[in-house]
Amino acid sequence: MAKSKGSIIVDKERCKGCEICVLACPTGVISLAREVNSKGYHFAYMENPEACTGCTNCAVVCPDGVITVYRKKVNA
Amino acid sequence: MVENTGISDIVKDENLVYQKTKVLTDKVMHYCPGCGHGTAHRLIAEVIEEMDIQAGTIGVTPVGCAVLMYNYLDIDMQEAAHGRAPAVATAIKRLMPDKYVFTYQGDGDLAAIGTAETIHACNRGENIAVFFINNGIYGMTGGQMAPTTLSGMKSSTSPYGRDVQMMGNPLKMTELVAQLPGTWYVTRQAVHTPASVRKAKKAIRQAFENQKLKKGLSLVEIVSNCNSGWKMSPVEANKWMVENMFPFYPPGDIKLEGKMVGKE
Ligand SMILES: Cc1ncc(C[n+]2csc(CCOP(=O)(O)OP(=O)(O)O)c2C)c(N)n1
Ligand code: SF4
Ligand code: SF4
Ligand code: SF4
Ligand SMILES: [Mg+2]
Repeated sequence: MAKSKGSIIVDKERCKGCEICVLACPTGVISLAREVNSKGYHFAYMENPEACTGCTNCAVVCPDGVITVYRKKVNA
Repeated sequence: MVENTGISDIVKDENLVYQKTKVLTDKVMHYCPGCGHGTAHRLIAEVIEEMDIQAGTIGVTPVGCAVLMYNYLDIDMQEAAHGRAPAVATAIKRLMPDKYVFTYQGDGDLAAIGTAETIHACNRGENIAVFFINNGIYGMTGGQMAPTTLSGMKSSTSPYGRDVQMMGNPLKMTELVAQLPGTWYVTRQAVHTPASVRKAKKAIRQAFENQKLKKGLSLVEIVSNCNSGWKMSPVEANKWMVENMFPFYPPGDIKLEGKMVGKE
């Protein structure tokens, strides 16, 4: 069966750590980092990258538009 | 060090499915973390890109937190005095009827100081789109009560909650202008979840498309948060919005193709 695997890239210097994307991700991929960016925000990152399907939910809700999403079909 | 480089065999140009639209500039928006203004800006920019009307669109910006919107959208924009955006947009549209013209206004701008301009532009049926960001408060100036502030809602000028006996009732501008013959499309949306964002984008697109029909004004309210003014985290503010704003400002279409929804 064809499945999708995804990956996101968060522009960590522009992320404001609002956590909206964390709630929007259906597969629990995203967390806020313990470390901060140069503005002092705990930026979003893929804590569980393997779970990403590339559904774009996180990017669609990000108020600062800092998430880029990639997706490809894989055979499971 | 956490690096955000993604998974290397997936992060390739041919697998790209979402990136920031080029109609948004690269400037970092000044909005507080999690503020719905940023999402609303992005949706307008995405629609402009998808309709390929970047050179043919003129936006009118408000006074309020979105006063600097012209820094973020790479289109022609005109700043209006507080509340006067629909009057300015009227002039622009009448002089350049082939341009897509929109206003972007907060609730203090659209429903307080600009009440007259809003109602009369709607009643005249100007062929413009009005995007109305309702966060129930004057965000920019420090969270003062607005006409839209809910009954019982705390703000810096109603610290014990809005007492409607003393301070009057909250105002549903969107339902009010839907009654006017000049409005063609009136809807209320939100941008706090992936599903609501996708719906709101369709509504914004509709408001742009409607300008080709020349049948009247399209107004899209977006119920939004002001987490700083509400003194909550962004996630708490969105939850509070769903629990408190939505019962009074329910998302959904109010008027479609000039007819009130649910009425024949
Ligand atoms: C003529 C005039 N009166 C008052 C103000 C002060 N003022 C600036 S923004 C604002 C209200 C903004 O509230 P809103 O439109 O809801 O925008 P928000 O910041 O909440 O998005 C006020 C009263 C002003 N700038 N000009
Ligand atoms: S939604 Fe955007 S700004 Fe907010 S934490 Fe996620 S990536 Fe950062
Ligand atoms: S693309 Fe979908 S699955 Fe991947 S991180 Fe974003 S919300 Fe989660
Ligand atoms: S004050 Fe409120 S409306 Fe203004 S940017 Fe902050 S959260 Fe948004
Ligand atoms: Mg406001």
